[in-house]
Amino acid sequence: MSTLAKNRIVGTSVPRKEGVDKLRGTARYVDDIQREGMWHGATVRSAVPRGLIRSIGFDGKIDWSEFTVVTAADIPGENHIQMIVTDQPCLADGQVNHCEEAILLIAHPDKHKVREAANAVHVEYELMPPVFTVEESEKQQTVIWGADNCFKNFQLDKGDVDSAWSHAAHIVEGEYRTGAQEHLYIENNGVIAEYSAEIGVTVWGSLQCPFYVHKSLLAVFNLPPEKVHVVQTETGGAFGGKEDYPSVIASHAALLAMKCGHPVKMVYDRIEDLAATTKRHPSRVRHRTALDANGKLLAMEIDIATDGGAYSTLSSTVLSRATLHSPGPYVCPNVRIRSHAWATNTVPYGAFRGFGAPQTVFAVERHMDEIAAVIGIDPVELRRRNFIHQGETTATEQLMREPVILNKLLDRALAESNYYAMRAQFAKDNASRAIKRGMGIAAFYHGSGFTGSGERYLNSLAGIDVTADRKVRVLVSSTEFGQGTNTVLTQVAAESLGLDYDDVVMAPPDTGIVPNSGPTVASRTAMVIGRLIERASQQLLFTLHEQAGLPEQFSRQQFFSACEQLRKTAGEVVSLCRYEAPPGIFWDDQKYRGEAYPAFAWSVHVAQVAVDTITYSAEVEEFWSTQEAGRIIHPVLATGQIEGGIAQGIGYALYEKVVLQNGRMANNQMTNYIMPTAEDVPPIHVFWEELPFEHGGFGAKGIGELPHDGPAPAILNAIRDAIGVSFNSIPLLPEDLFAKLSVERKVEEPATV
Amino acid sequence: MSAATKIQLNVNGANLTVNAPPMKRLLDVLREDLHLTGTKEGCGEGECGSCSIRMNGDLVNSCLVPVLQAANTKIETVEGLACDGVLHPLQQAFLQCGGAQCGICTPGMLMAAKHLLVHNPHPTITEIREGLAGNLCRCTGFMRIFESVLSAATSTTQETHAR
Repeated sequence: MSTLAKNRIVGTSVPRKEGVDKLRGTARYVDDIQREGMWHGATVRSAVPRGLIRSIGFDGKIDWSEFTVVTAADIPGENHIQMIVTDQPCLADGQVNHCEEAILLIAHPDKHKVREAANAVHVEYELMPPVFTVEESEKQQTVIWGADNCFKNFQLDKGDVDSAWSHAAHIVEGEYRTGAQEHLYIENNGVIAEYSAEIGVTVWGSLQCPFYVHKSLLAVFNLPPEKVHVVQTETGGAFGGKEDYPSVIASHAALLAMKCGHPVKMVYDRIEDLAATTKRHPSRVRHRTALDANGKLLAMEIDIATDGGAYSTLSSTVLSRATLHSPGPYVCPNVRIRSHAWATNTVPYGAFRGFGAPQTVFAVERHMDEIAAVIGIDPVELRRRNFIHQGETTATEQLMREPVILNKLLDRALAESNYYAMRAQFAKDNASRAIKRGMGIAAFYHGSGFTGSGERYLNSLAGIDVTADRKVRVLVSSTEFGQGTNTVLTQVAAESLGLDYDDVVMAPPDTGIVPNSGPTVASRTAMVIGRLIERASQQLLFTLHEQAGLPEQFSRQQFFSACEQLRKTAGEVVSLCRYEAPPGIFWDDQKYRGEAYPAFAWSVHVAQVAVDTITYSAEVEEFWSTQEAGRIIHPVLATGQIEGGIAQGIGYALYEKVVLQNGRMANNQMTNYIMPTAEDVPPIHVFWEELPFEHGGFGAKGIGELPHDGPAPAILNAIRDAIGVSFNSIPLLPEDLFAKLSVERKVEEPATV
Repeated sequence: MSAATKIQLNVNGANLTVNAPPMKRLLDVLREDLHLTGTKEGCGEGECGSCSIRMNGDLVNSCLVPVLQAANTKIETVEGLACDGVLHPLQQAFLQCGGAQCGICTPGMLMAAKHLLVHNPHPTITEIREGLAGNLCRCTGFMRIFESVLSAATSTTQETHAR
């Protein structure tokens, strides 16, 4: 035990580790980096949604001898991107399956000339019939992927749903839809790649998961692991959008680098990034729910369909999380869920904050308000009657071992928002006003860490070492892209070792230096990797006590002296730990049953909205969020995660529409893909309840994705409260409000203007 | 792009001559010719504000300014905010209040915030929202940024902002 008091650092808002560099403008993002003799790469992409490539023509006005051109024939290894399955080619070979699919790559020393050249390549196609919607895909009349267009399906059964309908007091059905959503990280996807026969492939890039890219490059280049290095550069936002796509762009740049013999930079501009990279999966969710006369859930039947785009990427795991979050935070004896991810000839959909949960949470939380309206009870009360509690089981029959404090979170959210008084006031005022106000709520959980057996398969390794110049380094492949990885993990190490925050730094996020602590996704870093760093720190202290004479009570000076002592005998001062699942956790992949997540974070959202019945605009005026996500390591960062996630959720609900034409994003500019600005985001009030989770780093659970799950249903519930009309589809734009309200107004109020 | 020409600029107090095509974007001149990579490109069409700088006291998107238009002007970028290694009050406030997450919008946001405080040293929240409406942040939801600007405004004087 250090002479310093416990928890000097964990639970405090120390300055962000890389904060000063970011504020001075000296943090190095990939486009800020130049390599000696560097060339620039560009991509020739498919102009059609589905077809055979008949010819590729090179315009005679370009002197092609100046350029390096790469096609699928240049790939030394396997022509696919390594994700869960290997259906996505690195470069199209003979056939394209979506607009913007990469066909051919070009490099040149001048970044302007390379763009001109890319435009001077003419590809001719023999068109094949495309599929653009889930409805067409599930009919399977045109099969575009595998035998049946289905990337993945899940079946989940608890109890006996079929016997519940006959004795139900109420049966409520509903269908809910969510659109695609663009991550809109402000830094586009980009990498620099180098190749030499001696060293192999090196990639520097804006990315979340260095070892995902590493694995993909191994296959594309057919190289042994030591011949591929992936280094994360400072990353300007990700939100899941740099989980799978960097494997694509890194492979492309590295192929060009190998062929042209120069470092190659590929940094997309906004138009290319929006058109060609992944988005959130669109969804359609159908609910059929049986309740008894007291509003207690008897049975839930849920049917989920997601649009996965042209290749499977992460669709199966997104579908799994969507499925596992679809029943909401309620206990129900009989549950049946059927879910499918379908192929369409659109750009593949991929990971995005929430990973399927925002889609199905929207459906269930919107549906709860519809149920409340049908059976005539308060939406808050309906939720209270059905909340899951400690000791009860989820739809996968996971026993809730930890306390569940949903009622406390709900009470706090209602009190802070003055919910009932505001609703009553609005109900009184709305009758005489054109701008009608309402309050809406959503209650939800988000599973922390990988789904099911995921964390066991990942088998993460992480730790710390101590350098000769007296710095403790955190050794992880977990990356920083704004959410606070650097800060939180160094806080955990400094706290555990009894050192100062400044004594601990992050090792470079380089696959040649750090162990594979898994991807930086799934709200897993503070909980899973934080715990590994805590354990590795304790393990190092134990070794120093045993082998280097470190006393039980020690000063900072004594710690580093003991490290030098250990270095003399052991050669290095390093401590690594491997993931161990919390005891009693078991997930059955075959039966799709068991402990779906090691822990859940819980939250209640309240939205206050105003709907202008003249202009048909809806805006969020104020927002409240209460949540329990274990121990909070850094209050300012944690609150920033909640606020940022809510802002993205507001965009998801009311602003952000991906317009597809021919399976291609038509509004691929910031001018016409609209996210909430500083003037659009309402005051957001964030309140924490802390219940330390025994198996998380210093008690942490996941935070990052949680806040994106709730805003859309809370807002659409508030709109229903304001105007008495239900909308079950997002994004909900003024034209959608106009379409429905103007029809109803004509019917109801023929005489008024 | 047309032939390069010599253009005089004053960047963060230093008089400089660049040899660049007149229609080259000021953003690219700053980043490529002057190696001032603190100024970022987010959209290339003046929507996101990541490339915000001050030019003769005006807040501009440097992706929309041909360098010729910037000839003989006084340019201020994020690199000029800190003075002798000491962070500007806005930088200090962003650090303390959590105003920067991924950091890519931060240089532009800082310049927009500085511009606001130069003209309005004690803005209300509404005025801060208006002042930063041209700068998109996808990480923070803006709450910590507003708090950062308020904190800097209350801790400093107008002269400090004008620095």
